[in-house]
Amino acid sequence: MNGVPFTLAGAQLIALGSGALWWEDRNILCVSDLHLGKSERTARRGGPSLPPYETRDTLTRLESDLRLTNAGTIICLGDSFDDRAAAEALPEQDRLWVSRLQAGRRWVWIEGNHDPGPIDLGGSHLAELPLPPLSFRHIAKPGKSGEISGHYHPKVQVQTRLRTISRPAFLFDSDRVILPAFGTYTGGLRSTDEALTKLMRPEARAIVTGQTPRLVAMAR
Amino acid sequence: MAPGGLPPVFENWFASRGWQAHPHQLDMLTRADAPCLLLIAPTGGGKTMAGFLPSLVDLAEKGHDGLHTLYISPLKALAADIKRNLRTPVEEMGLSIRIEDRTGDTSQTRKKAQRVDPPHILLTTPESLALLTSYEDAPRMFRGLKRVIVDEIHALAESKRGDQLMLALARLQTLCPDLRRVGLSATVDDPKAIANLLARHPDPCDILLADPGPDADISMLETEEPPPWSGGGAGYAIPAVMDQIRQHNTTLIFHNTRAQAEIFFHNLWLANEDSLPIGIHHGSLDRQQRERVEAAMVRGDLRAIVCTGSLDLGIDWGDVDLVIQVGAPKNVKRLVQRIGRANHRYNAPSKALLVPANRFEVIECVAALQAVRDHDLDGETHGPGPRDVLCQHILLAAASGPFRADDLFKEMTSAGAFATLLRDQFDACLDFCATGGYALRAYDRWQRLVQTPEGLWQLRDPRAAARIRMNAGTIQDTDTLKVRLKRARGGRPLGEVEEGFAASLSPGDTFLIGGKIVRYEGLREMTVEVSRNASKKPKIATFMGTKFSTSTQLSQRILRLFQHQDWPELPQHTADWLNLQRDLSRLPQSDRLLVESFPRDGRENLCIYGFAGRNAQQTLGLLLTKRMEDMGLAPMGFVATDYATLIWGLDAVTDPSSLFDADVLRDGLDGWLAGNALMKRTFRGVATIAGLIERNTPSARKNGREATFSSDILYDTLLKYDPDHLMMQITREEAMRGLVDFARIEEMLARVDGRIDLVGLDHVTPLAAPLFLEVGKVRIDGDAEERLLAEESADVMREAGLQP
Repeated sequence: MNGVPFTLAGAQLIALGSGALWWEDRNILCVSDLHLGKSERTARRGGPSLPPYETRDTLTRLESDLRLTNAGTIICLGDSFDDRAAAEALPEQDRLWVSRLQAGRRWVWIEGNHDPGPIDLGGSHLAELPLPPLSFRHIAKPGKSGEISGHYHPKVQVQTRLRTISRPAFLFDSDRVILPAFGTYTGGLRSTDEALTKLMRPEARAIVTGQTPRLVAMAR
Repeated sequence: MAPGGLPPVFENWFASRGWQAHPHQLDMLTRADAPCLLLIAPTGGGKTMAGFLPSLVDLAEKGHDGLHTLYISPLKALAADIKRNLRTPVEEMGLSIRIEDRTGDTSQTRKKAQRVDPPHILLTTPESLALLTSYEDAPRMFRGLKRVIVDEIHALAESKRGDQLMLALARLQTLCPDLRRVGLSATVDDPKAIANLLARHPDPCDILLADPGPDADISMLETEEPPPWSGGGAGYAIPAVMDQIRQHNTTLIFHNTRAQAEIFFHNLWLANEDSLPIGIHHGSLDRQQRERVEAAMVRGDLRAIVCTGSLDLGIDWGDVDLVIQVGAPKNVKRLVQRIGRANHRYNAPSKALLVPANRFEVIECVAALQAVRDHDLDGETHGPGPRDVLCQHILLAAASGPFRADDLFKEMTSAGAFATLLRDQFDACLDFCATGGYALRAYDRWQRLVQTPEGLWQLRDPRAAARIRMNAGTIQDTDTLKVRLKRARGGRPLGEVEEGFAASLSPGDTFLIGGKIVRYEGLREMTVEVSRNASKKPKIATFMGTKFSTSTQLSQRILRLFQHQDWPELPQHTADWLNLQRDLSRLPQSDRLLVESFPRDGRENLCIYGFAGRNAQQTLGLLLTKRMEDMGLAPMGFVATDYATLIWGLDAVTDPSSLFDADVLRDGLDGWLAGNALMKRTFRGVATIAGLIERNTPSARKNGREATFSSDILYDTLLKYDPDHLMMQITREEAMRGLVDFARIEEMLARVDGRIDLVGLDHVTPLAAPLFLEVGKVRIDGDAEERLLAEESADVMREAGLQP
């Protein structure tokens, strides 16, 4: 598999180039910040009206990862929908698509700040999910360990020999991993931001997403 | 009075001024009844008077109720200027002729009054005319209209504004079948082409050629210091230009871009020890500021004026005795027209100086000088009328009232540019206006026309008329924000900057506008707030102005010049440079393609001397880097100028012939380039003109970034789900010219015909070196990034004691 392996609280994890996290021993695929229905929400709030194809794009990439891993469980780490109304306004076609992806596997929606309440789609809705030695939640809590979270849409800048390259990235240290956003059209927060430097240990590293995911230093 | 001669009142007026009517002015009068007439006269040849004379005589002799003559100019300022210049003789002759202008600057009250009670002569622009024809009361307003005068038609003929105008004229001709058309043009390479555009198809159009007058006195400005290797500021020439200003009464200093005009003006002021009155004029400046400068100019208060294309067209500036062109002229025809701005006394030679901004431009200026002396003007063929303009006009027609498809088709194909339009092409445009086209059928907002049971097409919602009018026009301005001094509310506007530039500013940054340095304070709603700042070094405003490509004809002249044994016509420093290039590598040739390959700074470089003009070289850069990416050569970026494209990357190119396969490049245009930002920008222009994207809505003006976002996504959607959508067809057509300019790549490949010379060197060459200093580098994110990340990652892995 095209991924970078690392260990968190004794669990063997693989960071995929798509931005998904693969826990092979438990057959779990974890993605964060899908922000489905973003165009719908943008239009509703008086922004430009965009054809809702970003949802399809996100689901296409998710489907490809599911096919690759054949995961028995999928955990969506919150902000799966741009907001509650966006979830409700999801076109029938896209709902069916989600149902198809859900068939034959456990599906967990972790609540995020954009989508706090339960939504009318299959799967279970949880505020957090402890699966020792790991625990899954939307926003990282300082002081926890073995924690898997999202929310920040982290990206890193890598200073290479000939140019600086900026990519969405996983940030990880001995306590936690923060996933990049999986959704299409989602911005990013640089790893140098105080919110992230405070949260991560000084020796934290990053894994950039892309064609081939790679381990790099976490720029501070 | 002799037939065609001047009536006494006119004769006397000319005599009282000590003037005599020019032969071509009298000719125009003699042929006043021709359905269509094109006058080609050099600047300063009394062209405008020649155009108006038949109208003035007719009005003076017969009188008229309502609108008699419509005058259309490409510039608001020109309409205002003509109003001034026309009112004087009319008043002095005691004629009761009402003359008014109507442009974007005219007040709403005034505009309303004009529709109810039109003047005898209305001076307007193509955009204002298009709007006028879209009102339900258009037939009443234009009733009795006898003549239409299109001024500076050569300038309009080069753009969609001209196509829009001709469609509006077709509409007027339906309303007033006996309407006579007059076109006034500067010297052009192909008068017949312009005549075809002007005439109602298939009416003939006679062409009157005025005496072109004596040749201009034109040369290159000599300076003590040689021009720099790159850049466009020409700051080195400031002392020499200052000397010229001192020696002349009034000097016009033309620049190719607004930013360059600003910088030059600023530096000129710093060097202006005698405090000579010098002004600046360009399209980004606030209207009041521009008008103040124009007024000062007319009064003769200014010794020099730094300007851009906004002063290109026939405004009468009084006593200009020197024109200076800073930067290579890019196009011989435009240069000739600019030179004509000096010395408005007909039959006296105009005096002009060219100031190359960098070393390469020295060559281009010399080539342009030769072209001017040889009367060798460059021409571009006008393709068939663009269908996005047609779509807009269908919507405007619907706004004026229900129509029959057959009638509208007949009317539109009477415009020369649309004469070859096929009925099914028209029907596709009509369908687009009615439904938005196949992929967009589901969206209510694009369902705009319905057919009545009687077969008439009309607006589905009559309220849509207002929105259609708000979005009329074909000028695609870069999105700009107003700049104001931070003070009480409604502080005085200084001008406008591009939105992208405004977004790059942080509080405290300084930039130039209106020749003054200001400090960025913040963005309030859609306004950039600034304060005065006394610092000497500004962060430079990047508002673009227009970046023209060097014309094919001028590029060919440069290539021919390279083949000379020596170059006595070039300054020594430039001749030395070319000799060095000839010694170390080669000089580019017209029938071969020179490609240089050399390493520098850890990267491999490829320099392609295509001489296809900036836009085509840019597209070539996009297509070649994609090919190189596919070949695993890991390109990292490129930069393009009018004469070359420089590409850098991780690996060197060893077999250039495989890169320049015309079929492969064409496939790249259809396939890969379809996803490129240039195509998206082209689409954006097309979709905006055709009414798919509304830039103006009753609630608020869409800001540029939002408009880009939604137009890009619309483009991607259509590309994926309806690639043959009308808007996509038009976008591909446009890609052959303008921003993408693929036609010139094909032309270059045809002339080279496989004769490619790859010269491998171990260092940069004299001709390639200035390219490293060029701005506007395009970065490629591909395999090179993967490889660089891999290198970096391997280091991190090793540090962590891991196997990379």
